[in-house]
Amino acid sequence: MSGHSTYEPKTGFERWLDARLPIVRLGYDSFVDYPTPRNLNYWWTFGGILSLCLASQLITGIILVMHYTPSADHAFASVEHIMRDVNYGWLIRYMHANGASMFFIAVYIHMLRGLYYGSYKAPREVLWLLGCVIYLLMMATAFMGYVLPWGQMSFHGAVVITNLFGALPVVGPSITTWLWGGFAVDNPTLNRFFSLHYLLPFMIAGVVILHIWALHVVGQNNPTGVDPKSKADTVPFTPYATVKDGFAMGVFLILFAIFVFYLPNALGHSDNYIPANPLVTPSHIVPEWYFLPFYAILRAVPDKLMGVLAMFGAIACLFALPWLDRSKVRSMRYRPTMKIHFVIFVVACCILGLCGAKLPDDPVIPHLTTFSVMGSDLNSFVWLSRLAALYYFAFFLIVMPFLPLSEKTLPVPDSIASPALSHPAAVPAEATAAPEMKG
Amino acid sequence: MLRKLSVIAAVAGLLTAGAAGPALANGHPLPAKDVHWSFEGPLGKFDQKQLQRGYKVYREVCSACHSMNLVSFRNLGDKGGPFYDAKYKNPNDNPYVKAIAKDYEVADIDNETGDTIKRPATPADRFPSPFPNEAAARASNGGALPPDMSLLAKAREEGPAHIYSIVTGYTAPPKGLKVGDNQHYNPYMPGDLTSSWSGSHEHVPPGGFIAMAPPLKAGQVTFDDGTPSTLDQQAKDVSAFLMWAAEPKLEERKKMGLAVLAYLILFSGLLYAAYRKVWKNESH
Repeated sequence: MSGHSTYEPKTGFERWLDARLPIVRLGYDSFVDYPTPRNLNYWWTFGGILSLCLASQLITGIILVMHYTPSADHAFASVEHIMRDVNYGWLIRYMHANGASMFFIAVYIHMLRGLYYGSYKAPREVLWLLGCVIYLLMMATAFMGYVLPWGQMSFHGAVVITNLFGALPVVGPSITTWLWGGFAVDNPTLNRFFSLHYLLPFMIAGVVILHIWALHVVGQNNPTGVDPKSKADTVPFTPYATVKDGFAMGVFLILFAIFVFYLPNALGHSDNYIPANPLVTPSHIVPEWYFLPFYAILRAVPDKLMGVLAMFGAIACLFALPWLDRSKVRSMRYRPTMKIHFVIFVVACCILGLCGAKLPDDPVIPHLTTFSVMGSDLNSFVWLSRLAALYYFAFFLIVMPFLPLSEKTLPVPDSIASPALSHPAAVPAEATAAPEMKG
Repeated sequence: MLRKLSVIAAVAGLLTAGAAGPALANGHPLPAKDVHWSFEGPLGKFDQKQLQRGYKVYREVCSACHSMNLVSFRNLGDKGGPFYDAKYKNPNDNPYVKAIAKDYEVADIDNETGDTIKRPATPADRFPSPFPNEAAARASNGGALPPDMSLLAKAREEGPAHIYSIVTGYTAPPKGLKVGDNQHYNPYMPGDLTSSWSGSHEHVPPGGFIAMAPPLKAGQVTFDDGTPSTLDQQAKDVSAFLMWAAEPKLEERKKMGLAVLAYLILFSGLLYAAYRKVWKNESH
């Protein structure tokens, strides 16, 4: 889409169609001839992998709906009917349940790649924002999907999460009643969650189209963060990017298959194989792993409302990121100090995930008591999550805007091809053909 | 509720006793015993003889109180099931399955009169529940509800090993533990014994109370294949059977997984070769 189209209709039918609906031209320009920076590494393959995840979730989901019954009385049994009586139902359901986790693994890598290489900076702010919208929709979809089997974790997870909105002043209780469709999580809640769980993926697909559109307007970022300047900097999308994406998808599918066929319940919670019972609360309610960092931030704050605001604030930071970062250098490859902060940030997120899975008052180092601050021992997961949450916010609100004021960056190459051509695999003929490239 | 209690207990312990840190580590059940199962690992398969023995334990002991209402008789004759016979592709024709079903009576409605009747079960029927409803089940079991067994092996974090550990793990309660009526101490049962423990809060015994009395003892079930009927054997066999009941497609899943992985590895290898070839003359 950048530059004029080079598509030439070959057959009579293609010429006829091209004059009326140039859809083949659109596909050709977007996925064949589209110029791709030649230095993209494997971290750039996750966009394609995510499309695969979305397609897999849509297909398996549509098949599951053919056999699922959205009713508080029958939902649990209908899921077991899928597992036991539907031909390959176990495969479809395990693909869908584990597919959600795979989707989040891929999206977190995709987001961290964007963060590291500055893919959110001008002119890619809208591209990044659309990505954040997709992520938000994914979280809503995943949460509502987890409620549908109507097991113990489904039910009590729904109770905990919907109750969060009750913390909002004045409107809180009305919002929860409205979400529930009654005065407790019950059949109306299940039915609306089912309806929305079916709707939101198509909204995700819609925003994905916008995301790809925005991508093709501004072009892909690349590990150097330098815009492509000449033809020497790019290669056509097909076959170069398609084959690399294809290989990465194959490897990703191997990981997916290992979970589906050999560890299908490893990422779930055993309590969800117990039918929902409002009168029995599981001893330890935990969300799915991909929500754990946010759950830890929620619990790190002693006040419920402030905890809810902190949790939503953690997501809001992502939306504000393009304007929080004041550095002129895109890629962290040339920002050594920022690189260190990036590593600490990833570690902090992992620590938050760990804390989210633990009981807040359990000790981090077993059998050690220090002293109690704010009602909890310092050697507890709640304090660990407080420290990690503090860093999470400091990374966005302090490091991002203020580090660039005193940051020493490394020299940025003039063009993509210059460092790429200094690669040992470089062909000398190409280097001499581009005399302006001196790193 | 339990979590709230344990958190309150832990916080109270910290504030009052000062250095009561280890109290937090207490109250957890013992980790399940290490059992080797034939269905473990990527090549794992159910041991059909074991499933048959396990079924007998379920039939003669467990089913007196525990329902298994997601499992139909025909499932016993499905591929990978305890009574699968390659001669009968349709499990409804399997004579073992038919005979097992006939032993049970299920509720039905007489087509002519509309009266409720009892009739012998067919392979298409589900296992009937031992009690007509939850209240009846609780009334017969000292107020406790015996959980349905269809998914039990997947509904516990440590799976069939947890069932095995509970059934074989009953021990005399430690001195200082007040055990209520209709309660039994089991170190593998989740729970918090702090309120029934008269000793120091730092040494609360592991485990919890369970309403079920020790269900199995040596020689209780006679195995048709001559396997010695020890408590350990019965517990292992019934746990394996319950794993089958919870995940009847396990064998099919693992077998298909091998083919899928082999295909994906080959396919990825081809794609990698194609990738190398395409990018051969391009620097990147």
